[in-house]
Amino acid sequence: MSRLETIISELSSISNNPRKAMEDYKKETGKGSVGVMPYYAPEEIIHAAGFLPVGIWGGQKSISKARAYLPPFACSIMQSVMEMQLEGVYDDLEAVLFPVPCDTLKCLSQKWKGTSPVIVFTHPQNRKLEAANKFLAEEYRLVREKLQTILNVKITDEALNQSIETYNENRKAMREFTDLAANYPQIIDPKKRHAIIKARFFMEKSKHTAMVKELNSELKSLPVEAFTGKKVVLTGIMAEPNEVLDILKDNGFAVVADDLAQESRLFRNDVPSGTDPLYRLAKWWQEFDGCSLATDAKKSRGPMMMDMVKGSKADAVVVCMMKFCDPEEFDYPIYYRQFEEAGIKSLFIEIDLETTSFEQTKTRVQSFSEML
Amino acid sequence: MTDTTNMSAKELLGFYQEELYEEARRAKKEGKLVCWSASVAPSEFCVAMDVAMIYPETHAAGIGARKGALDVLEVADEKGYNLDTCSYARVNLGYMELLKQEALTGKTPEKLEKSPAARIPLPDFVITCNNICNTLLKWYENLAVELNIPCIIIDVPFNHTMPIPQYAKDYIAEQFKEAITQLEEICGRKFDYDKFLKVQEQTQRSVAQWNRIASLSGHKPSPLNGFDLFNYMALIVCARSKDYAEITFKKFADELEENLNKGIFAFKGNEQKRVTWEGIAVWPHLGHTFKGLKNLGDIMTGSAYPGLWNLSYTPGDMSSMAESYTRIYINTCLDNKVKVLSDVISGGKCDGVIYHQNRSCKLMSFLNVETADMLQKENHLPYVSFDGDQTDPRNFSPAQFDTRIQALDEMMKQNKEGVSNE
Ligand code: SF4
Ligand code: SF4
Repeated sequence: MSRLETIISELSSISNNPRKAMEDYKKETGKGSVGVMPYYAPEEIIHAAGFLPVGIWGGQKSISKARAYLPPFACSIMQSVMEMQLEGVYDDLEAVLFPVPCDTLKCLSQKWKGTSPVIVFTHPQNRKLEAANKFLAEEYRLVREKLQTILNVKITDEALNQSIETYNENRKAMREFTDLAANYPQIIDPKKRHAIIKARFFMEKSKHTAMVKELNSELKSLPVEAFTGKKVVLTGIMAEPNEVLDILKDNGFAVVADDLAQESRLFRNDVPSGTDPLYRLAKWWQEFDGCSLATDAKKSRGPMMMDMVKGSKADAVVVCMMKFCDPEEFDYPIYYRQFEEAGIKSLFIEIDLETTSFEQTKTRVQSFSEML
Repeated sequence: MTDTTNMSAKELLGFYQEELYEEARRAKKEGKLVCWSASVAPSEFCVAMDVAMIYPETHAAGIGARKGALDVLEVADEKGYNLDTCSYARVNLGYMELLKQEALTGKTPEKLEKSPAARIPLPDFVITCNNICNTLLKWYENLAVELNIPCIIIDVPFNHTMPIPQYAKDYIAEQFKEAITQLEEICGRKFDYDKFLKVQEQTQRSVAQWNRIASLSGHKPSPLNGFDLFNYMALIVCARSKDYAEITFKKFADELEENLNKGIFAFKGNEQKRVTWEGIAVWPHLGHTFKGLKNLGDIMTGSAYPGLWNLSYTPGDMSSMAESYTRIYINTCLDNKVKVLSDVISGGKCDGVIYHQNRSCKLMSFLNVETADMLQKENHLPYVSFDGDQTDPRNFSPAQFDTRIQALDEMMKQNKEGVSNE
């Protein structure tokens, strides 16, 4: 196996087995893990405590126990998270960080069924005001205090600023990776691309950065080959399960950029510089745009995606619509109209983590590929 | 000017509702500003600046109650709005689309022509507040972009920990300042702080009368049926910063007190069991839900929903006003939510609780299981839940509703017999 293949396979196996990643971390450092619910929690605070932040993104699952606690019209990802809470999947976490940027998460934050303590905080939504930064820095101060108590460690400003640098370094490496991946679709297919990104959620970030940097330089050393398939940008919460990505691949699609909450939205901006780390983290949220969960009365998401399509020379956008996700559903009619006006083609597919039959997605992707 | 002195509360309600719509239409004609507002967004700022206000949730409820929702829902559907999103939003965004078409073409679309609800003018700007849900942020973003108009946002962060910290109130109060600046820009004149204080005081008087009505359901038998509150709610939403609300509510409270003194109660015949209704009304099937309970001898004497507008604060104190707008029970942690509901149930001397599992409203549905469970542990009262929707008529099944409330009625009966046997 080439070095490139080895790295890809290692990252893929980590992204497929978070539990083992947690166990390995414990063995190495003696420290446990803290869960991080979507979206945009300041993971850096956990990192600065020396614990492993672990992303909670549900998983492909049939829903049974969760039915008693959530009506069928709750989003697919939270159905699966609830199911796993009830199965005790998250009970080894020392704590869970819980942001509440949508109505569903507000409710879910009040009904954690696992045994780990939950630390809830609220993102301000009038984001462009200075007062919002102050508010969020206060929320983060409380998050830090609670984490210190639960984990029994002191989280200093110094450590926190250091962790922010570590994360920014990772973000930079990730941006480079997604740009490079666009040039090597024959090597980085949609599923591998996703796994390499997803591994971030289960690894100490500097380790992930080191591997991705190596991967990047391996990629760069290879010749760019002509790609005969079609190039797409993905948008939405996430593009799972893997079957969806395989369908894209099987139909000759390459993912050349993404606007997914689980992927690029997380690293398209760095945490800005400054001295007070909590304020810096708060400011990140102020500068962040183009996400259904970050209120924006100008709705810059559509124009941002159009720039992305242009910049990555994509042929189309694939809308990965999380089933029953109202924030994303509200954005759709607006950017869809903007796409139509600009002549950008888009395909709407539904993301359902419960389903095991992908016939409909297959058919849609197939006919879309014929249309392009 | 119409003489309102001899009007009954019910007549006043109808009169002022129409008057508010007429004012907005008149404002539009005269080139004055019109604002669309979320139902629990602070109204004080716009009213102080003489801006005519329209409340899309109330308007949508009116369309729903008059059975006109399907037509406009279809328009939203065609625009790409998923059936899973809030039907208030979809009704309004569909309606907005029709108004926009009319403005662009000069021709009134058939669906608009046919719509049974009051005609409303398009807004010059919008104001929203997420104290009841974040959906109102998404919905108003879309209004602002579709109409290319300013959007004033009052963000009241979810209170995951009570009591509400000062830094949250400070953040909200800062936004009030920002809203004033935005308004000055939109209106092209200075903010009228003197009038603002008067409007705040007016709002307090309206709220006081509103609370007076709500508290009357504590009498047993009750002079007030909670379903009436659903109707009068229109004015606490749309006119709390004007005297329309105060006048109407005072009249209604007086009438109810008079009835109480005369021994006239809301339930003709003998009220047998009293229930709390948790959630929004099912507007397209209001009659069915009301009659269903009535036929069983049940009256609604508890509802936390009207309590959303218990916006009491100290005029002139921005921090206190900020607190009143953020402490709304559905914007707080589960423990506080349960506490508020518990008071509603005991205040209404209720025998059982009905939970509206609202297909439109994730925020008001996803904690129902836990809320019901915690309350039952505390008060041992039976409860049921039914599937519904406040404006999309397709998401409610009359048969399921009937079965559920019959079951509740049975349990309440057994409970009562159990008590009397002791
Ligand atoms: S953003 Fe959408 S997918 Fe995520 S929790 Fe909220 S409703 Fe669910
Ligand atoms: S029904 Fe629910 S989601 Fe819709 S506007 Fe009201 S509170 Fe928000």
